Amino acid sequence: MNKTPLYDSHVALGARIIDFGGWAMPVQYTNVIEEHLATRNAAGLFDICHMGEIDIKGKGAFDFLQHVLSRNIDGQKIGQMKLSVLATEAGGIMDDLTVYLLDENHYRLVTNASTKDKDYAWLLEVKDNKGFSRVEITDETDNIGKLDLQGPRSEDVLQQLVPAHLHSLKYYHFIKTKVLNIPAIVSRSGYTGEDGFEIYAPHDRIGEIWNRLLQAGVDYGLKPIGLGARDTLRLESGMMLYGNDMDETTTPYEVVYGWIVNLEKDFIGRDALNKQLSEGVKRKLVGFTMWERGIARHGYKVFKDGTEVGIVTSGTHSPTLEKAIGLAFVPAGLSKPGTIIDIQIRNHLASAQVVPMPFYKKEKQYAFFNTFI
Amino acid sequence: MSKVNPTDRRYTREHEWVIDKGDGAVVIGITDHAQELLTDIVFVELPEIGKQVKQLEAVAVVESVKSVSDVYSPVTGEVIESNQKLEQNPELINQDPYGKGWIVKLKMGQPEELLTLLDASGYETFIAAEKH
Repeated sequence: MNKTPLYDSHVALGARIIDFGGWAMPVQYTNVIEEHLATRNAAGLFDICHMGEIDIKGKGAFDFLQHVLSRNIDGQKIGQMKLSVLATEAGGIMDDLTVYLLDENHYRLVTNASTKDKDYAWLLEVKDNKGFSRVEITDETDNIGKLDLQGPRSEDVLQQLVPAHLHSLKYYHFIKTKVLNIPAIVSRSGYTGEDGFEIYAPHDRIGEIWNRLLQAGVDYGLKPIGLGARDTLRLESGMMLYGNDMDETTTPYEVVYGWIVNLEKDFIGRDALNKQLSEGVKRKLVGFTMWERGIARHGYKVFKDGTEVGIVTSGTHSPTLEKAIGLAFVPAGLSKPGTIIDIQIRNHLASAQVVPMPFYKKEKQYAFFNTFI
Repeated sequence: MSKVNPTDRRYTREHEWVIDKGDGAVVIGITDHAQELLTDIVFVELPEIGKQVKQLEAVAVVESVKSVSDVYSPVTGEVIESNQKLEQNPELINQDPYGKGWIVKLKMGQPEELLTLLDASGYETFIAAEKH
């Protein structure tokens, strides 16, 4: 199994380690609910070194990315990041990733861990086959360490280690700065629905930042957080998990990614997506809460009037709402909030209701948080 | 940090305990080791009264935030009572696995099955070996 530079620290902190897509990662240090609530109420620190970073450089980088990304990145400024889909020719989701414009003609794609190798190979293939010879594509994953610091006290904790004024950093923007005198990129973003930061620094120095943040956060209630709570936090916030809620057989319109597709420009997958949109999207990913007792889980079947109509892609007990929540694919006609569906839990059906997303929305405390991303 | 496994009952290799009430009935729960592995139990599915189970068949389900686990019946029998308090307070299993966190009460069909189970020290040897 691959290990991040923080592996020994996780073991020393008493984490339970699991195999997560070939990576030995902490699933929990104490327990999921405690870690979840610490992130919602104070701050949580996550080892995200397993995620991928691919750099796209040189003249033509912009044209190349316009060709492979579903999102129109025209107008993106240095210091800004954007969420996008990397689509297949058939309009399927090859990956969902964030795009950082680091400098003129220098972009960084931050990919899911499990998809990085596939993305990288695909980008090289497109470069070679579509005449983007001037573009330089490099896999930086092994050089870069990544931490997520999330929760309402994140800014207070991180500010102690960073010279730049963090409060003026807007949502989905980043700065090149230093953390503990280590060159780093800090963006205001994350995967929990809370205010917080994603921190990128050299792989061999990320451990220093990790240790110092854990110390600096003690007085603020910061805890190290495992993948278990990362999953419940993202689900409550209505964020999808690649490989769980979507994959290459899923299109952006079927999930909640229609807003990051721009059919006005030409990109790989556009024709297929255009066709799907004009013919009508047949199934949709919706959020639901359980009405009857039980927790729906990934892979459970969805029924309506006794007929199987869909499938649950994510489901858990929500620590914040203290009820069972989940995501499921249903026919478009059953996707309206308020619709009652049944979910097969072991040998019985339990009713659930389609609800608007997200399940949980933080109270607006940060002035720029709702800036359009 | 672990609780002592009481010596008044018997244990399965699937981490359930069973205590003989002496009147043909037994009470079943999961061990302290099991609740530690599961951590935060958030849901328990209890069987219907009258359900017949064979030894090591699933009799209930416990779920943590992350996982779904069957509770296997240590003995063959008929469900005569279940711990209704777990419906509102599943965390009782974490807090008191050998007491208030009991799960079901069974009328035994084959009491001799109790002899096939581990005693407390046998169970402790078993979980020590499982860790390696």
